[in-house]
Amino acid sequence: MAILKTLLYLLVYPGFLFVFVYSTFCEWFDRKVFARLQNRMGPTHTGRFGLLQPVADIVKLLAKEDIVPEKADRRMFSLLPAVGLAVAATAMLLLPVWHFSLERPSPNSFPGDIIVILYILSLPTLIFFLAAWSSTSFYSEIGGARVLTLLFGYEVPLFLAVLGPAIMAGSWRLAEIAHFFQQRPLLLLPNLLGFLIALICLQAKLERTPFDIPHAETEIVGGTFTEYSGKKLALFRLMIDVEMVAGAGLLAAVFLGGFPGGVFVGLVHFVIKTLFVIFLLAVMRAVTSRIRIDQVVNFSWRYLAPLAVLQLFIILLLKGFVL
Amino acid sequence: MKFTVPIGPQHPALKEPISLRMTLEGEVIRDADLRLGYNHRGMEKLAEEKTYLQNIYLTERICGICSHSHSTCFVQGAEKLLEVEPPKRGVYIRYLVSELERVHSHLLWLGVAAHEAGFDSLFMYVWRDREVVMDLLEMISGNRVHYAINTLGGVRRDLDDLQVKKILDSLDLLRKRSAYYLDIGANEPSFVGRLADVGRLTKEQAVDLCAVGPTARASDVAIDVRKDDPYGMYDETPFKVCTADTCDVLGRTVVRVKEMLVSYDIIEYLMRNLPAGPVAVRAPRRAKPGEVVARYEAPRGENIHYIKSNGTDKPERLKVRAPTLGNYAATLVMLKSGFLADVPLIFAAIDPCICCAERTVTLVDARTGEEHSVGFSRLRAMARERWKNAPLKKDAVWPF
Repeated sequence: MAILKTLLYLLVYPGFLFVFVYSTFCEWFDRKVFARLQNRMGPTHTGRFGLLQPVADIVKLLAKEDIVPEKADRRMFSLLPAVGLAVAATAMLLLPVWHFSLERPSPNSFPGDIIVILYILSLPTLIFFLAAWSSTSFYSEIGGARVLTLLFGYEVPLFLAVLGPAIMAGSWRLAEIAHFFQQRPLLLLPNLLGFLIALICLQAKLERTPFDIPHAETEIVGGTFTEYSGKKLALFRLMIDVEMVAGAGLLAAVFLGGFPGGVFVGLVHFVIKTLFVIFLLAVMRAVTSRIRIDQVVNFSWRYLAPLAVLQLFIILLLKGFVL
Repeated sequence: MKFTVPIGPQHPALKEPISLRMTLEGEVIRDADLRLGYNHRGMEKLAEEKTYLQNIYLTERICGICSHSHSTCFVQGAEKLLEVEPPKRGVYIRYLVSELERVHSHLLWLGVAAHEAGFDSLFMYVWRDREVVMDLLEMISGNRVHYAINTLGGVRRDLDDLQVKKILDSLDLLRKRSAYYLDIGANEPSFVGRLADVGRLTKEQAVDLCAVGPTARASDVAIDVRKDDPYGMYDETPFKVCTADTCDVLGRTVVRVKEMLVSYDIIEYLMRNLPAGPVAVRAPRRAKPGEVVARYEAPRGENIHYIKSNGTDKPERLKVRAPTLGNYAATLVMLKSGFLADVPLIFAAIDPCICCAERTVTLVDARTGEEHSVGFSRLRAMARERWKNAPLKKDAVWPF
């Protein structure tokens, strides 16, 4: 029974099947919201309401010619997209969805898993940089340098913001944090500032407008992905979708009270909460313009990091005097 | 570490081929170079083979956005040579199309600038409203791009009352929308953050480097041919020249949006005071020998056509100085010591129309980088020599 349960966990929900179906759905949702905000239609033709458009894009890319530049590091260049997808999918497995017991830690839910998932979500950045570096094109290298610079900007505020609720709940385990806030939903309110900071940082992590600097097409063509085509580009795109779902799931688990109620009710919670986060991300994408890399670093160290510290301070005060 | 990054001749930021070479130190530009000649079409030579009437339609095809500017500039010159005076109603309709074209060109520019700055929502909204102007132009002339409304001695189509009413009604919507874009362009923090203090060009530099149009006006140089050397009915039309003193891309944005608002006023004046009468008079086919320079304020700046006549029905020489060419020297100054991320914005801020400004081709040896001047007969001989008995090359690698 336990083996069956684990297999279901790995292969169906939140494993492979769910990851791929839901992440393409989220891409569709993001594109549709973005398009409607811009007074466009967005995907309409492929499947009902254009729901299959992201899948169609991936299938099309899989059928395209796959070019490896002559001077590129062939092994790294080919391996990185697959590794990246694996990393992003692994992050999904750490979300406290259903396969855990609150009392007994398990390999997918243990004290400190919040740190592990944050680190796993940092890995894609490194993979983007390595991919850019091993493709040895001017535009890629500039894109790669920008990826790393961006990381210095958003990573610290993100960690500070996400760790706030953990400190409040007094646990380093996602399942326990979520459980803590399910018991006391009102305590989610003091974390609002942290949620906004984490949202902005997640946007930067996913490299979307206003932080789409590493692949700003009007400046450095495709940036990181300039030399990628065909299957490898498809894997990278899928990886970004999965990363978006995992990031939204992390924010939902930490700031929005997690996914209570077992498999089915929990699934409804998961879908509604992640879609809410993705909706906010799409709105942010629609109402801003791309900023410069120096402005990002400036912005995150001048505003985001101090605000994150302030949030932490508020939580410590609350924890000391109220709780 | 210094390295050179090529932007163009083919690059997603460029809508037309041009080669910008940037020498970078990190993200900062230390030196910039510009290379033209990827879109040379031999228009001036072709104009010598065509009659004045045919040349109206040829000059219209110099540019795809400010097509009316070139044809009007040519017609102004040709009418002087042919000694015809267009009737007043014809003049009003001609410059009505001019102002509508200015509005559509500035809206197009605003969309492109927003896209270059990565603000795609503004791009989509602006281009949606640009359709209103495009529909008006289509209603007036029957075409969306090459209006072909000019003829020697007037215009080819008249306006009726319903059309005048439609134009006046559309102005309300356009005014409201443009005011909104002025608000976004001047207040949206992430957008302003990208535009402010980017691509600086001081007033002295703008004068020294002969910048024209909105580029110069954003550096507080109030030049506008419509005011300085009025043509058509501009001397009797009340309007003011918009300037800004920020000397950066933000100023160029604000100037352009304000110019749209001024253009709406001009259009309204033209429509409310439209004189009755014919729209065109017959023009002779041959011009007396002589030469003429016509100036015209195109959306991008001053457009100059020089026409020389030798007494036949064809011009002996036509020389076009498109406004973009006047702004290239200033662009190189603006680019220096900026960030790589600002290159598309700075370059787009002069509203470059590259094909307008292409008058020469440079021949560069792909291997050595040497430049040559080659006559036409020598070029033909070279071409024959190269391909004489040349076997088909398989897996050829460029440069051959």
